[in-house]
Amino acid sequence: MEYLKKYPKLFQWLFLLAVFFGLCFAIDVPETYKFIRGQAEFVKDPNQSVYFFLGKEVRYYAFDVFWRLPPLLGWLPIWINDSLFFLMNEWMPMEFWNEDTQEFKTRPLLLQISRNLTSFMTFLIELIREILLGGLETIVAFTSWDFIDAYPWLELPGLPWTIVAAGATILSFKLSGKGLALFAGLTMIYISVFGQWKPSMQTLSFILVAAPLSFIFGLGLGIAAYKSKRVEKALYPILLVMQTMPQYAVLVPALVLFGVGDHAAVIITMVVAVPPMILLTILGLRAIPPEVIEAGRMSGCTNWQLMVKVLIPTARRDILIGVNQVIMVCFSMAVISAFIGAKGLGFNLLLALNQLNIGLALEAGLCISLIAILLDKMSLAWANKQTDYFGNLTFFQRNKNIIFFAASVVIGIILAYVGTFIFKGSFNYLFEVPHNKGISTADFWNKGVDWIFDTFFVYIKAFNTWLIVDVLQPMRALYLRMPAVATLVLVVGAGYIIGGIRSALVVCGLTLFIALSPWWDRALVTFYMATFGVVVSCLIGFTVGTLCFQNKKSAAFMLGVCDIFQTFPSFVYLIPVMMLFGITDTSVLIAVIVYATIPATRYTIEGLRSVPIGLHEAATMSGVNKFQRLTKIEFPLAFPHMMLGLNQTIVFALFMVIIGAFIGTEDLGQYILKALSDKNGAGIGLTLGICVAFIGLIFDNLIRTWVGQRKKQLGID
Amino acid sequence: MSETVIKCESVFKIFGENAKKMLEEANGKVDAKTFQEKGCIVGVNNASFEVAKGEMLVVMGLSGSGKSTLLRCISRLTDATGGKIFIEGQDLLELNNKELIDLRRNKMGMVFQSFALLPHKTVVENIAFPLQVKGTSTEDSISRAMEMVKLVGLDGRENYFPRELSGGQQQRVGIARSLAVEPDIWFLDEPFSALDPLIRKEMQDEFLRLQEKLQKTIMFITHDFDEALKLADRIAIMKDGIIEQLDTPANIVLNPATEYVRKFTEEVPREKVLVIEDVMDAPSKDNLGDLKVSKDEIIENVAEKILTQEKNVEVIDSNNNVVGSIKPSKIIDTVFGGRKNGS
Ligand SMILES: Nc1ncnc2c1ncn2[C@@H]1O[C@H](COP(=O)(O)OP(=O)(O)OP(=O)(O)O)[C@@H](O)[C@H]1O
Ligand SMILES: [Mg+2]
Repeated sequence: MEYLKKYPKLFQWLFLLAVFFGLCFAIDVPETYKFIRGQAEFVKDPNQSVYFFLGKEVRYYAFDVFWRLPPLLGWLPIWINDSLFFLMNEWMPMEFWNEDTQEFKTRPLLLQISRNLTSFMTFLIELIREILLGGLETIVAFTSWDFIDAYPWLELPGLPWTIVAAGATILSFKLSGKGLALFAGLTMIYISVFGQWKPSMQTLSFILVAAPLSFIFGLGLGIAAYKSKRVEKALYPILLVMQTMPQYAVLVPALVLFGVGDHAAVIITMVVAVPPMILLTILGLRAIPPEVIEAGRMSGCTNWQLMVKVLIPTARRDILIGVNQVIMVCFSMAVISAFIGAKGLGFNLLLALNQLNIGLALEAGLCISLIAILLDKMSLAWANKQTDYFGNLTFFQRNKNIIFFAASVVIGIILAYVGTFIFKGSFNYLFEVPHNKGISTADFWNKGVDWIFDTFFVYIKAFNTWLIVDVLQPMRALYLRMPAVATLVLVVGAGYIIGGIRSALVVCGLTLFIALSPWWDRALVTFYMATFGVVVSCLIGFTVGTLCFQNKKSAAFMLGVCDIFQTFPSFVYLIPVMMLFGITDTSVLIAVIVYATIPATRYTIEGLRSVPIGLHEAATMSGVNKFQRLTKIEFPLAFPHMMLGLNQTIVFALFMVIIGAFIGTEDLGQYILKALSDKNGAGIGLTLGICVAFIGLIFDNLIRTWVGQRKKQLGID
Repeated sequence: MSETVIKCESVFKIFGENAKKMLEEANGKVDAKTFQEKGCIVGVNNASFEVAKGEMLVVMGLSGSGKSTLLRCISRLTDATGGKIFIEGQDLLELNNKELIDLRRNKMGMVFQSFALLPHKTVVENIAFPLQVKGTSTEDSISRAMEMVKLVGLDGRENYFPRELSGGQQQRVGIARSLAVEPDIWFLDEPFSALDPLIRKEMQDEFLRLQEKLQKTIMFITHDFDEALKLADRIAIMKDGIIEQLDTPANIVLNPATEYVRKFTEEVPREKVLVIEDVMDAPSKDNLGDLKVSKDEIIENVAEKILTQEKNVEVIDSNNNVVGSIKPSKIIDTVFGGRKNGS
């Protein structure tokens, strides 16, 4: 009784677990139940039950409701699909002026909007692409094909790679100094020499459109939400879902709305990249001390000046994290959107992975990662740049960068011209190293992979078999063995114990959505892979983080490593694991673990760092040794922060599990991938995406609620 | 009496959801307790006063008594819930956005309790900020800011960021920033509280010197009675949002209006507040020494002279007419025993 009073929560948890396991044992597996493999689901079968809703037919295998709930939401994907179709093709037909045919034409409104948006995006991308690579579509856009036929010299010639490389180097030098300049130069030379110039520039032109647009929209909407409670309330649920929605899932509806190609990729990228930008903008603006705003007001700022000169710069830290996220997402999407026809490195990467040409994939992946890191560092340096008011500079000193750049343009052109004589008849390497004509180390890597495989095959295979047979399969079987009711009770009970009735209701709603969708079994599989990944990642991340924290230098180093790893597009992680483990669940899980360990490590270090120094000193003074200090002071205080890390770890893990579908898994991701090539896939893809997002949100809700209470108890915040 | 610059007429500031409605219902009689029960916090309660041109009004009171809130109302950083505020005869609450901005750009300066520097700007940039906002050219604003940097003794640190400065140094940047536009009306919220005693004294003297020269209209918040006595023309004492008394330092000490003010001023060294005139007796020729003191001298400054005299001292006015006399024992009473009541 005494214990009951002392630890009421503990007993609630024990009771909950008892009920959960009780239900698990009490409800038997129905004899007819079996995990349905991918294709079988669409087969019509007389054993299936059928119901109609909103004129849609839903077929499913009925079980005891305690075991699996019937898919009462089965009509939703079909309905979404039909609605989308209706909106695009029939809704609100209007007269629109058509430039080409010079007459009015009737078109549905949405289709017209989509067309206009599409041509605008295409124009932007083409413009940048042609400046970098040459071409004539931009000129044509302003004039006509006849015009270009008459004046063929108007075609943009494209910049020789030497000029772009020099430009990037000079810009980096101006922004940050020697280190970055060196990095920029080497990156550009690497890209060129390895014959990745063209795809790289294609990717770059895509990013140079998507990233600034995402930044502007994110910042703008963030400011709007900061200023108006109503806007924020309207945006918030969308933002939450988008934060945990796997990027794959957005592809399918976008395909329907915008078709295939780079423009569609840009639009989707914006859809994915804008939400974190908005959230971080709001976060940063909210954190500004009110007195700073008042000081701005008292200085006589107009509203515009207040925003531009006081609020945004003061919130710079968080906004910069937003920019970093935008860039990260853009590169990630640069690869993923190759599925819907975006050109560039991503396409090459996917192709190489598909052909299991690890060497080529590695080169493309390295290129993407290098460009990503470069852009990230450049944007950071740009935001941190300071003006010097006191330097008495000569004209040359002030304009030296422009002068250098002008010089390098001239030299570049001369070199390219000279090149036409040197490389007569073959490719002009001083202008552009064509794809597949540069140095390639692909063979070397492929041989290396083969060697590793031949040499360590036995061990890898043994490890693989052990993991799959003795760990993963039993674990998966256990997850699938959970009756739906038991899972619901567990989740809702946890919600109630942690956050009271409100949390319980939210979590219950989210879980029910998944349980009533046709993909509960898949969701369980996704969930099992994510759990495995998260547990291992957390163990590694917390340990590594804690160890690194013991020393200032190693902590800073580790954070730097996390930064760099975070900039890699998620697909890149698949390369090395496929190199070692081939196409198996192990590969996916290891990619998940590596990817999800980043936030776990980072938040551990940052959490421990956030413990006030005064407390360290106070603790040391009261004679606590290092270990006691860690367990008694630092861990408890850093825990809320670390739990937010757990939150991120879960989201990262879920994303990677879904991407893992590319290697071949039997979870929600597999269906999303399938929906991509299904002409009626939009509804399915979106619903699946929402299911994954909801898995993330269940944990998000529980963790945040708990962290909030914990913070209150500790009196932080 | 010179012209009024700041004028408040029953100003209220109440924080909370439906503060306005509750204030109307209360009919001008606001009780902090009952409001708090209904979820409203009373910041300023029925404040009415005037500040004349060139006058320095010091606002005192315990933490949370509403001093900063009062200042915020007068600078219209928050809108007062009720009442009227006039700045140089203009109704502050009637000003539109543009007029308000003009007023702040040209007339008002404010030093904030927690410095409120812009973290992304260096010392000079912070100080030049109000000028740049006004549209002054970069060159002019920076050179003006450099003057200010020198004035507050931060030369050599002009390119530091606020985070690289100590609290006192940051506060000096705040002071310099508020002075950059040469405001007529100057609001200072505990401007010297973060400074060490030496610099504080230096800044106070500098402040007085500046005031002598510039004759600004000043509202000054402080917790330090010595500081208030040194600077104030008049002192306002606040409690729970109410101005308990607003008067000259001597009157506040001699005639506290409420029990609270009496308690508040109990520990104040009288000899620093009172002048000879406040404690002298009628002129008499008994036991007179040769020392003569002016009636406007602060007791502290002449106490030693009088006490070493051991004889009664004649008090004279500015025209050398004898207006009274004073016994050394009276001085001793005032300094050591005078806690009962001065006169
Ligand atoms: N934005 C606000 N919202 C709600 N209540 C507020 C707000 N600002 C101030 N208050 C309340 O108004 C009261 C007066 O606060 P104010 O800051 O004016 O005190 P102060 O006299 O300046 O105190 P200090 O000497 O500590 O600076 C306090 O009870 C405070 O809690
Ligand atoms: Mg205050």
